[in-house]
Amino acid sequence: MDIQEYFSLVFSDYTLRTITLGTAILGAVTGMLGSFAVLRKQSLLGDAISHAALPGIAIAFLITGAKDSNTLLIGALVSGLIGTFWIRGIVNKTHLKSDTALGLILSLFFGFGMLLLTFIQKQPNANQAGLDKYLFGQAATLVESDVWLMAIVTGICLFVLLLFWKEFKILLFDKDYAKTLGFNTKSIDILITSFIVLAIVLGLQTVGVVLMSAMLLAPAAAARQWTNSLSKMVFLAAIFGAFSGVFGTAISASQNNLSTGPVIVIVASVFVIFSFIFSPNRGLLFRQIRFIANRRDLELQKTLAFMYRIAETHENISHPHAIKILNNFQGFTRKTLQKLVDKNYVTLDGTMWSLTEKGFETASNLYNQQAINDE
Amino acid sequence: MDKKLAVQIDDLTVAYNYKPVLWDIDLEIPEGVLMAIVGPNGAGKSTLIKATLGILKPIAGSVSIYGKPYNKQRSLVAYVPQKGSVDWDFPTTALDVVLMGTYGSLGWIKRPGLKEKKAALEALEKVGMLPFKDRQISQLSGGQQQRIFLARALVQDASIYFMDEPFQGVDATTEIAIINILKELRKAGKTVIVVHHDLQTVPEYFDWVTFLNVKKIATGPVKDIFNDDNLTKTYGINYKVSIQE
Repeated sequence: MDIQEYFSLVFSDYTLRTITLGTAILGAVTGMLGSFAVLRKQSLLGDAISHAALPGIAIAFLITGAKDSNTLLIGALVSGLIGTFWIRGIVNKTHLKSDTALGLILSLFFGFGMLLLTFIQKQPNANQAGLDKYLFGQAATLVESDVWLMAIVTGICLFVLLLFWKEFKILLFDKDYAKTLGFNTKSIDILITSFIVLAIVLGLQTVGVVLMSAMLLAPAAAARQWTNSLSKMVFLAAIFGAFSGVFGTAISASQNNLSTGPVIVIVASVFVIFSFIFSPNRGLLFRQIRFIANRRDLELQKTLAFMYRIAETHENISHPHAIKILNNFQGFTRKTLQKLVDKNYVTLDGTMWSLTEKGFETASNLYNQQAINDE
Repeated sequence: MDKKLAVQIDDLTVAYNYKPVLWDIDLEIPEGVLMAIVGPNGAGKSTLIKATLGILKPIAGSVSIYGKPYNKQRSLVAYVPQKGSVDWDFPTTALDVVLMGTYGSLGWIKRPGLKEKKAALEALEKVGMLPFKDRQISQLSGGQQQRIFLARALVQDASIYFMDEPFQGVDATTEIAIINILKELRKAGKTVIVVHHDLQTVPEYFDWVTFLNVKKIATGPVKDIFNDDNLTKTYGINYKVSIQE
């Protein structure tokens, strides 16, 4: 199946439609919430949460003996939440910094989860196979009820975001100030963190424990490059996330046996790289272009200012001077001289140059203009 | 003093990691003063403000605003944090930051409307930042960012203003602009409490001063207590400052 075939089948084929919808919704909700994680400088929180969910999955299986995805996800949710609140506890109660706390909880829970998984695999129960799909995710196992669950959670999440938009925003920007205004910052914090945990747990089946944090961070990091408005950033992150889901699924479905989760993450990373380079204001490419253009302008201005200082000592500003005398000045090149001629600032006559009326005026304004620009 | 007390702090003690930062502070701030809090680095100046406003939890002590506990009187108090305490690359505009000053009176869920926007624009005008209202905040200079923070506090229309180093890293023009606004606030009967570093300007800017170094050294009118004796007690070395007459 090639990509074209995929897009013609996506509306009719039940499996394809389910998986595509699922990954799109997942991408949208993680992109949205990821914006908040990124802006709070809690990018690694997602990684810690997803790893912390693993023992929950294993324990839920050990208790119920069922592989029903909803049961396992509840286990993941509980252990993800426990991990998150332990991280908060460590940061609040000890002198350890949050990166240390995140690293500790991540490896502790993941290690315990792996231990439980190997324990389960050693058991003489045929039912145990397939739990390891939560490590790297397996989108093909998504069924309609999973997608419904994702859609409902995304809907609730969107509603809560819109309802508490102002509170989330002020918490992200200036938590201490929010406190003095009388907002219970702890509740807002817990609310948003719980949603992040929920979104991550929902994605475990599709993308897996190991790569889940990329779903949270990549769309948000890409979106930040394109806008300076929080609402637009959240919106764009959702769009980028959804498209990563769809394209990732399309590519993995059309190339046989490519695992969906990693492909989605790679597509999201492509969004990030593209945004880093090509976004108009913050992107590397345009920044470099602006830098070069500025440097050229400055060179031109420096030459013009130098000429101005020579010319102003003469009564006639257009009194011709030898090009040679510009040589002691580094900013001068044939090219800049030609550009000044093109702009009608200077006229050339053999080896002599003279400033025009226009050039004189522009040069005398240069200093004033600089003062204005600095303001 | 027959004036009303704006702020009364009793036995306030704060510790970070078992080390006391503020020790048993008693402080009474009369209404309508423009007060500087001075002291060396690590004296607990910012901590005093943060503990007063409930951002930090003190080990002991109480704060009352006009005779009632602080958390019942929040609407009377505005806060200007240190400029460096937030990430100025946050995706938002100057106007949006100033609008945050209205969030407290709006309460939960309600969004700022036309009335709030008008108040925010007025505050921006007052600090001379109206032309920059739609500017992304990372593209503002340090002095402009400080003015935005000031405007955000002005929008709160409070009676008592707590400011943490509003003059830090601003140029002379901005400093004069800010102090003029503070003096206007005092003229309007407001109480303004400022963490301040430049001892030279204390007599010129302020009429009330508190010397702080973990413990409270002295508090009172600048003309009575701003002297070498108190400065030496606060800064430890034999501190001589030429007080402008």
